[in-house]
Formats: sequence, C-alpha cells, structure tokens
Amino acid sequence: MPMVNIAGKEVEVDEEGYLVDLSQWNEDIAKYMAVEEKVDLTENHWEVVNFLREYYAEYQIAPAVRVLTKAIGKKLGPEKGNNKYLYELFPYGPAKQACKIAGLPKPTGCI
Amino acid sequence: MSDMDMEDDGSGVVKKFMFLNRKAPHGTVYALEGLEVVLITAAFDQDVSLVFTDDGVYQLMKGIDTKGIEVKDFSKTYRALEGYDIEKLYVDRASMDARGLTEDDLIVDVTVMSDDEMKNLMAEQDVVISF
Repeated sequence: MPMVNIAGKEVEVDEEGYLVDLSQWNEDIAKYMAVEEKVDLTENHWEVVNFLREYYAEYQIAPAVRVLTKAIGKKLGPEKGNNKYLYELFPYGPAKQACKIAGLPKPTGCI
Repeated sequence: MSDMDMEDDGSGVVKKFMFLNRKAPHGTVYALEGLEVVLITAAFDQDVSLVFTDDGVYQLMKGIDTKGIEVKDFSKTYRALEGYDIEKLYVDRASMDARGLTEDDLIVDVTVMSDDEMKNLMAEQDVVISF
C-alpha cells in the first residue's frame, strides 16, 4: 500500500487515501487529509472529526452517514444533527470525508 | 457497490431478514463478516433480526480481550446496532444454558428464546442467512 510523508513522518494509507493504522493519527495527519479532500478545517469540522473518533473508540466502527447524523443530533443538538449542516461542512459526504480526516476506515456500507 | 441494483429492482420493498450467527467470534471470519453484512442490510432499511445460537452466543460475551490473538475486538460493535435501528436480538436458551451463560454475561440486551419460539420466528422470515 502507498506511503505518504506527513510532517516528516512516513504513514501508510490505503488505495483511497484512508489511514491504515489508526493509532498513528494526529492533528498533522488530519490537516493533510483535509487538504487532500479540499476541506478547510474550522472548529465545526473538528467537532465532527472528534465526535467520529469518540464513536470509533466506543463501537470500533465508522458509522454510516444516517447513523452519524442521528448520533450528532443527540450529542450536539438538532441544528447540527442534520444532513444540510453536515454536507455543508463535508460536501462529498460527511461519513466518507470526515472519517478520512479522523483517520478512521471508510464506513461499512458506504458507497 | 450494489446500491443501484437494489434500487432498480426493489425500491421501497421491506423484507424480513434473519441473520443466524452460529460460530465463535474468532478463529473464522464468519462472525465479523456476518456483522458487516448486517450493517449493510440496515442501510437499505430492511426488517432485520439477529439470532445467536450454538457457539454464536459467545459473540455477545462481555469482557472479550483479543490482545493475545492480535485481532480486532469487534464485540463493541454489537452495541452500535441500536443506532442502526437493529433492535431485534435473540439468543437461543439451550445454547446459553449449555455454556453456562445468562443475559448478564452479554454486552447487549437480548430476548432469550426457546426452540419453539425460535422456530416460529424463523418461519416468519423472508430471508434467513446463516453465518
């Protein structure tokens, strides 16, 4: 699998650019992935990214977008737990893009 | 993946799917692969039931530690099923008894069923897939 150099560290990514070893993740990697995805990271993006990392730690999977939306609504309120808000932050799919930035694998069943 | 195909030949059709889990969580890929299929099925808004029987009941055990065998512990993922609207989890009473397990040993809430109840539930299904 391909290796990329991020802030002086060699990290392995899969053919779609997802981080292979979750434990290597750090903020530099998140920023690198965000540039790849053409996402300008704001505090609102970080909130979703951190939420995903917590979700993964608890359940050992990257959630499907529908599940992510619902879970965010529960934790951060309905004004954030909806498709419009999340797609504005991550136009090419909140589950797909935010998971990549969070260093998680691509969500199961994500097409 | 096959998302388009599904929409073409059956949009809005909800079938009753039962996934029968019969094997221990590790040592084969059945349990993990079965779980992935369940999560994908949920994305298509189907009526999903999960049954754990024989050594499959071990999949739901609390306190699984996979460090020694160097594989991922996916048992926590069963707790995510609720978020996927998969709430019909059944275990076979005889399988639990034979292994000295009770509901308190499991990481999720389940309905314990007798052979007869299980038979009826199975008869109601459109699709039964065994892992």
